[in-house]
Amino acid sequence: MHLPAILPWGAAEGFSKQMLLVLLSVVFIAVFFVLAARKQQLVPGKLQFAGEAAYGFVRNGIAKDIIGGKDFIKYVPLLFSLFFFILVNNIYGAIPFFQLPTFSHVGGAYVLAGIVYFTWIAIGVKKNGLRYFKLATVPSGVPWYILPIVIPIEIISNFLVRPVTHSLRLFATMLAGHLIVMIAGYGIEFLVMQENILLKGSSLLVLAGAIAMYMLEALIMVLQAYVFTLLTAIYIEGALHADSH
Amino acid sequence: MNQLIISAATEGEVNPLVPNIWEMGVVLVGFAILMFIVVKFVVPMFEKTFAERAEAIEGGIAKAEKAQAEASAALEEYKQQLTDARTEANRIREEARAEGAQILADLKEKAAAESARITAQAHAQIESERQAAVVSLRSEVGTLATTLAGRIVGESLNDDERAARVVDRFLADLETQNAGAAK
Repeated sequence: MHLPAILPWGAAEGFSKQMLLVLLSVVFIAVFFVLAARKQQLVPGKLQFAGEAAYGFVRNGIAKDIIGGKDFIKYVPLLFSLFFFILVNNIYGAIPFFQLPTFSHVGGAYVLAGIVYFTWIAIGVKKNGLRYFKLATVPSGVPWYILPIVIPIEIISNFLVRPVTHSLRLFATMLAGHLIVMIAGYGIEFLVMQENILLKGSSLLVLAGAIAMYMLEALIMVLQAYVFTLLTAIYIEGALHADSH
Repeated sequence: MNQLIISAATEGEVNPLVPNIWEMGVVLVGFAILMFIVVKFVVPMFEKTFAERAEAIEGGIAKAEKAQAEASAALEEYKQQLTDARTEANRIREEARAEGAQILADLKEKAAAESARITAQAHAQIESERQAAVVSLRSEVGTLATTLAGRIVGESLNDDERAARVVDRFLADLETQNAGAAK
């Protein structure tokens, strides 16, 4: 299933297919959007229109709607890069020959969630100073005798669990989808090799199920890219407006 | 098949939550490169187009509104001018009418005065001519009468003073007779 290691970089698996796909995704996204944005015209052509629609989806559909205000444009590059980076790397899983959603390897998900984690904390501190940590953990309007329970919960949920769920949600859905498709593939292979004609025929049922799962997985790939970006926007918005939460 | 199961089993032994550090590095570098390209080229280019487009549309709307305002202002002005012109025309017509009436009245008056003057002149002339005729008639009639009377009575009546006296007396008698006859 996997391509062989290309270069022995001293890493356990050398230069893997996963690494190649990650770098390829950067090339794909950069080439597409630079081409789409290069010859900018007031009345767009087809390529420019597609690029603008994709860009406008993140800019208006996520950044403007969630963060809003006048400053949302500052966070558009991050959200835009995240969305398309994750989208392309997920869609690999649905394309024959590539057939590997790169975030089914957990490292990439940790990296992106970590970038987002430090970004929103930095935004919160820059906006509110060190008071931000108090704003983020001590909810206003809560009676004092509940605070000893609420504050630890807030610390755990905001500063400890949030990056974990953020990264694992992406990784787990991709790995699960990848595994399901892989298991279906192995299953079909196993059933086809059976002597019994009925068992052989039942591989068709598995194939039908695999196709359905493949469709579902393709949907989840797009959805997870959106969810990851949406959550990033929500975290940034929460950091920006910590005093009103 | 057995190989597949074995390979799956050995892969399963690797904890999927433990990341490969090299993969993390590649994702970090790749994402950094992508962010750089996006920040440097993609977002500025798209934002520039968005801004230009918004400006073009808003500018077009503003221009159209300005043109509309200018057109309605011009219309107002034309209407105002038209009303002014109508008022002016009415005023001029009224003035002309009044002036015409004035001129007519003046002319009538003048004509009446002229005719009166002519009539008076004619009267005076007639009167003076009549007077002249009376005078000349009186002297001629007197001369003729005295000559005739002198012939008849043989008496010289060349004495002018006496003759005049006789003529006057005669005429006075005549007038008395006439007056009596008129009565």
